[in-house]
Order: sequence, then structure tokens, then C-alpha cells
Amino acid sequence: MSDSGTTTGQPVSSDIQALLAPAIDSRSSWRELFMLPLAALLLAMLIGALIMMATSVAPATIMQSFVAMARGSVGSLHAVSETLTAAIPLVLAGLGIGLAFRAGLFNIGAEGQMVVGGLATAIASFAITGLPIWVHLPLVLVVGLAFGALYAAIAGALKAATGAHEVISTIMLNLISFRLLDYMLRQPFIQKEGRSDPISKAVLESAELPRILGFLDANLRLHAGIFIMLAAVLLVYWLLFRTKLGFALRISGENPGAARYAGIRAGLTIVLAMAIAGALAGLAGATQVSGVLGRATPGFSAGIGFDAIAVALLGRSHPVGILLAGLLFGALEAGGRQMQVDAGVSIDLIGIIQALIIIFVAAPLLVRRIFPPLFGSRRQGREGT
Amino acid sequence: MDIELRGISKRFGPVQANQDINLEIRAGEVLGLLGENGAGKSTLMNILSGLYSPDSGDIIIDGEKTEFSGPGDSIASGIGMVHQHFMLVPVFSVVENVILGVEPTGGADFLDLQAARAQVQKINAEYGMQVPTDSLIENLPVGIQQRVEILKVLFRSADVLILDEPTAVLTPQEVDEFFAIVRALRDAGKGIVFITHKLHEILEIADRVSVLRQGQVVGQGRPDGFSEADLAEMMVGRPVSFTVDRADSTPGDTVLRLDSINLFDGAQDPRLIDISLSVHGGEIVGIAGVQGNGQTELVEAITGLSSVTTGDISFAGRDITRASVRQRHRMGIAHIPEDRHKSGMVGSFTVAENMVLNSYYDRTVTSGVQIDWRRAQTRAAEACLSYDVRTPSVFLSAGSLSGGNQQKMVVARELERDVKLIVASQPTRGVDVGSIEYIHQQLVACRDRGNAVLIISSELDEILDLSDRIYVMFEGRIAAEFDNHSAGADRNAIGLAMAGVTPGEVA
Repeated sequence: MSDSGTTTGQPVSSDIQALLAPAIDSRSSWRELFMLPLAALLLAMLIGALIMMATSVAPATIMQSFVAMARGSVGSLHAVSETLTAAIPLVLAGLGIGLAFRAGLFNIGAEGQMVVGGLATAIASFAITGLPIWVHLPLVLVVGLAFGALYAAIAGALKAATGAHEVISTIMLNLISFRLLDYMLRQPFIQKEGRSDPISKAVLESAELPRILGFLDANLRLHAGIFIMLAAVLLVYWLLFRTKLGFALRISGENPGAARYAGIRAGLTIVLAMAIAGALAGLAGATQVSGVLGRATPGFSAGIGFDAIAVALLGRSHPVGILLAGLLFGALEAGGRQMQVDAGVSIDLIGIIQALIIIFVAAPLLVRRIFPPLFGSRRQGREGT
Repeated sequence: MDIELRGISKRFGPVQANQDINLEIRAGEVLGLLGENGAGKSTLMNILSGLYSPDSGDIIIDGEKTEFSGPGDSIASGIGMVHQHFMLVPVFSVVENVILGVEPTGGADFLDLQAARAQVQKINAEYGMQVPTDSLIENLPVGIQQRVEILKVLFRSADVLILDEPTAVLTPQEVDEFFAIVRALRDAGKGIVFITHKLHEILEIADRVSVLRQGQVVGQGRPDGFSEADLAEMMVGRPVSFTVDRADSTPGDTVLRLDSINLFDGAQDPRLIDISLSVHGGEIVGIAGVQGNGQTELVEAITGLSSVTTGDISFAGRDITRASVRQRHRMGIAHIPEDRHKSGMVGSFTVAENMVLNSYYDRTVTSGVQIDWRRAQTRAAEACLSYDVRTPSVFLSAGSLSGGNQQKMVVARELERDVKLIVASQPTRGVDVGSIEYIHQQLVACRDRGNAVLIISSELDEILDLSDRIYVMFEGRIAAEFDNHSAGADRNAIGLAMAGVTPGEVA
């Protein structure tokens, strides 16, 4: 703490330059952003290995299964394609959840918003015909986005108008969306002709997200949704940290009293934050239907909207963190399938490892204790205050 | 019981909270412990009450070296702590609160309330505390609640009482009564540690005084050897001027006028009753009153945070009764909120972000939908320099600044733009003496530039030092108005008005 500041008269420009120099601790917070999830991943895999040992899986098989996981996630072009494909909806929905977090809202409803958005996309994808791909494809994606936004806005409006807690209302909206999906899939204009089970008609080619690596190998599933995902990361970053709206959302999330003081309208902020979160989740559902599945089926959301909550937590609600966390979860997903094939280890174990990662991330003090060298220099300072 | 602290040191990470502190607490004496926020008073007292254990140094009670492994040990050895924030159960009676945790029991472990009541009443009478022992806490005024806290520690047979900022919540009259109790305790042979940052209280009540600064004892002695200025200089580490240099005001046009304001919370719960007041340009008006008598609601009504039920508010000749927070902000009303942590700032945001907390939408720092952070940061840096906000960088989080610098940051944000009215609510709460002096100077400077200033404070001294006119609030009403020009208002009369005694009844 120096007295270099001139307290009287015109501020000197060199003093201003000094104040505009970056603060010292920004680098170590980046280290923290990477190190904590990494340490959590290691711990989770270690416990995963212990569980396998406890269920008398041979040590050789355990080794084999981890090798398979690495191979299945990053070991080949096909593996990378699978990892990225799985990451797309996780990152998109995760961005929405992270953004709502930043605004102080716990959006449990990404799953339901995905379902509603994806279903709307599916319907628009076969019901509207005769459009060229450059019109039809953007249209169906926007339809998914809009329906996701509207569906989430219900929970936002309920909270703004009546104070209904968003956790409760989004959980209920999830349940409604699942039954709505099952019901709609049996409607004659949606259900595939000649089928008695609930399954929608197929997405028209003009509404399909093209596979971008198809020219190498027709089995590579990675689709153009990856560009939408990357654009969404940039857009959410820009929205949160560069715009007026983003600043208002962040103030509301960090300190509602300060938001009120600053004249930010709480109700509007809540509805907007939920709508944006729902738009991103709806887009996740849309890319899944249009890029991977080609139709809507019961349970097509496959719990991605719930995994995305973990992705948002792991990524600390930061767009870049969410991208990395989504890639990690995508890799676990793709690697887990390989693990099952190669080593015969159940994919349930992957679910356990994912959950353990989240627990360790949520308990940073524990991880710091176990890996003191990674965080050693920071630890004392943190606990002091 | 005598306690000696010898060479106490305690470190939290990089912060040396206490360093080699020597202190003696003697039976039948009031030891005044003076220091700014963060000087190490609380750490030291938490060591004495067994919450922390010192890194080094000894606690010696009646010549015997003692170690506390927890608060229980400290209480058992006769040390009682009266916290600044009361720890009472509102729906319990006085007796129930006092015995909570050490309930006397009769046969078969039944609660012996009769014995308890008798004992509490005995202590009550012994020190002249006049606490109605069967009343519920929620029905008692704050001053009496504080005595219940004292009863609690006496009931646990404390010989040494630690009083942490005990006068912060009291009216001047209540302070006088409170001092009488403290003297009675002292005369009965209790040792008392009186923690405060108010210098005149130390001079009035303490038999000895110790001053802490940056974790060290920087001065000790009998209070008659010191003047207020000496004590302040020891506390801050440099000479401090107390009397704010304030020439008589030359009030201009009416800037703010409240006309018969009523504000109801819910259906029938009145918070503001028939309030009419005015503030002129070039004038500082103070609102005195014990906390919780409608000051918060008054500020919210003026700044637009809550809308009044009936009545009119006008600002610079325009009706703003229905104007939003932002409209009022744009028109030139600055608001220094009463609790910077609750609403004045966002601790996890950078200083630069906090500097535009309530003006980020203003054209001067935006381009389209974006915030022009470069411009905002440069402006923040300038404001930091011209308002003495000590931070190494505007990119540091506001939460990592000291309380005084946080408050100066809020003050800088509100004063650096072009305003006509400053509503300053508790502008120096939880702020070190040096920063108090600075903030006061800035508010007076604002007045001298011809702005209207409204100061709401529960510190009567602050009101008396700064204001040209004073309104006293009691139970949601304006109870009295005083002129405070060169002659000065009658401190005693203001104190009575704060306690709800109307001027007519005094005479």
C-alpha cells in the first residue's frame, strides 16, 4: 500500500497507468481453474479403480479399461469425432445453466428445455417441406432455440411474478416435458407412418446438420453443430463480460441488494436470464435432433441436460471453463463406451467417475489437502481471510 | 481477578493480527481498548474468550499461566464476553435467555425456573440494571437487551467482562445509564475491558487505556494523560483533525422537498408517518435517530427504491414521486447506501466494475449494447486518485480492499459525477478514522460547491459535526428539528428527541 496517489489537484497520468496495470492475482486464478478439475479427475479415476478392485476386476483389466477409455476418447480420429459430438449438447446446455448461475438462478430445467426445443425442431424439420437447406436448417434451429427459451421463461415468469422457486418449477417443467414428448410422439401428424411405438417422422435432409468429416469416412458423426457450439461460447462470453445486459445479470447474481440499488429490474432480469438459458438448452436439443438422431424418440435428451449442470459447475460458470468441462465429459462419454467394449467394464462406472469429479470440484479444500504442491503457494493466503 | 496478557502474537496467513501484545486487566478497573477496524482488537478478545489460541504468548490469570482449549474454558475461568451483536432468543423471556445453556435444575433434572428467576433478579438489583426479568426480549428496547447480555455473563459468574463496542446501538441518554452500570460493576470489583473507537467515551469511562494499531500496542496509560487528539493520532498513526472545517452555510434554492410522506409496509404497517422536510442547495441536513426509526425507509423513498403510499417528493422543482431509481440517478441524486456490503458494492467484482455499478448503462461508458470497459477503467483510475482510494490496481476485487477504501470507492463513485443532491446514509460506518475525516471533508466540499447534502447517521457526533440543520426521527416521524449553525444545537435536547421525548414534555 503506497502513498503514490496524488490526493490533491489533477491526477498524474503515470499514476493512472499504474492503476490500469493488471492485478497480480489474475494468473494464479487461471491456474486454479485448470488445476482443480485436473486433480479432481485424477482422484475420481483413482476411486473408480478402487471400485473396480473391490468388485474383483483383475488389475490387468483395470489397466486395460483405462487404456480403452483413452483410446475411445482421443485415440483415433473416430474417437475424437465421438468426443466432440458428445460435447456439443453438453457445452450448449452447460452455457445456459452457467449463465443462469451467474444471474443467481439454479436452472435444473435444461433437460426439459432440450426436450421441448428438440421436439419443436423435429416437427419443423419434417412438417415444413420444399425449402432449401440454407433456409430450412437455420429455421429449425431457431425454432428449437425459441421453444427452449419460451419453456424456460415460464419458470422465470413464475419466479418474477410470484416468487415460486425456480428449482421446484423447472423440475416440474421437466416432468411435464417428458410426458408431453411421449404424448406428442403418438400424434398422427408426428408419429412415423406404419409404426405403433412412439417415434417421430425423420428429419428431412434439408433440415439436417451436415456431417463435416463425412468426406473422410461416412462413419464420422461429427456435425456442423460444433461451429454453433463454438460460436455460442464466444457469444455467451461476450454477453456476460462485455455487454450491459451481462453486467446487469452478473450484479443480480452476485448481490441482489446491489442490483436493486443500481436500479436493475429484478423481475425482468430473472425472465431474461431464464429465457437465454432455455434458448441455449433448446439449441442443444435442436442440434441433437438435427445433427445426431435425425428424429425425436422417447427420452432422446438422455440426461444430457442434467449432465450439463455438472459441466457448468465444473466449468465454474465461465464460458471457457464450460467448453473445457464439456469436452472432458464428452471424452468420458466416448471413452466409456470403448471401455465397455474392450474391457467389459460397465458404463455405469463412467457415471460414477463423473459424479466423483463434481464432488471433488465442489470440495476444493479437500483436493487442496490431497495435492498441496499444486496449490501450496496460495493456500495460506486464502484461509487467512 | 487480574488477567495479564504477555507477548501475545497471532498470525492469519500474511496478516499479523496481533504482535507481541502486553495487556493487564485488573479487578475494579475499566480498561479502554481503542483501535480502528482491523487493528487487532477483535482477534485479541477472541483469544481471551478462547475462540482462537495465540501463536505465542501467555495468558496469566491471577499469576497462573492458563491455556484455553475453547470458549468453555474461558467462561469457566470467569471471563464473559458481551458481543456487539446480541445473541438472544426474541421469543424467550429475560430469565429464559439468561439461563439458556446453564439451566439450574431441581430433582429429576426438571428446570428450576423459580430459583433461576430469584438469582437473576438478585444480580439485576445488585447493579441497578432495572431489567424487567419476565418480559419477552422482543418487547424490550435495544438498551435493555444489552443489559440482558450483561446479566447473562454475570449469571455465569464472570469476574472480567469484555464489552465489544457496547454503545454503538444506544442513544446518548442510554449511554449515560449504561456508563452508570459499568461503574457499578467496576466498583463491585469486576474487571472490565471496554472496546470502542469513540475517543470521548474512553476519556469518560476508562481508568486506563491501551491503543492498538496494526496489531501492536502503540500506547498505554491513564486517560487524563491524553487528549482526544493524542489518542486519535496514536490510533491512526498521524495527526487527525476532528472538527470538520465548516463555515456557515449559505442555503440556496430548495433542492429536495418531501411533502406529507406516508409509507406503509404491507397493508397497515406504517414505516414513515407524515414526513415533511426540505434540503436546500449549499446545505447539509442531518437526520439523527436511533437505528430502525424509519431512516432506511426514508432513504429508500427519496432514492426511489420504494414508492411512498401517499405524499409528494419533488427534486429541483420537479415532481419525482413516481420516478424510478434510474431516473432519479440521472437527474442528479447520488446515493451512498447505508450498508456497502449489502447494496453499495459487489465484493467479487473489480474496483473498475464497482465504479460503474449504477451507471454502466450511461452513454459515457457504453458503445451500443456493449460497455466500453477501457473508458470505464480509465475513469475508475482517475476517480481512485482524486478520491484517495488506495488500491494497487483497478482490476483488484473490491472485496480485497480495506473497509475504509471500500467506502471511499463508493463515495468516489457517487460524487465524481455531476450531482445536485447527495443522500449519504451512514457514510462512515465501519470505516477507519483517517477515512472518516476524508469522507467528511468531501461531503462538506460538496456542500460548498452549492449541492444539497442529506446525511443519515446513527452517530450523533457525525450529525452534529457536519449538519447545518438537524431533523430527529423517532418511530417513523420527524420528532424535532434543530438549527445547528455556529451556535450549535443542544446535544441533550437532540438526545431526548431521539428517545421519543417531545420538547414539550421536557419543559
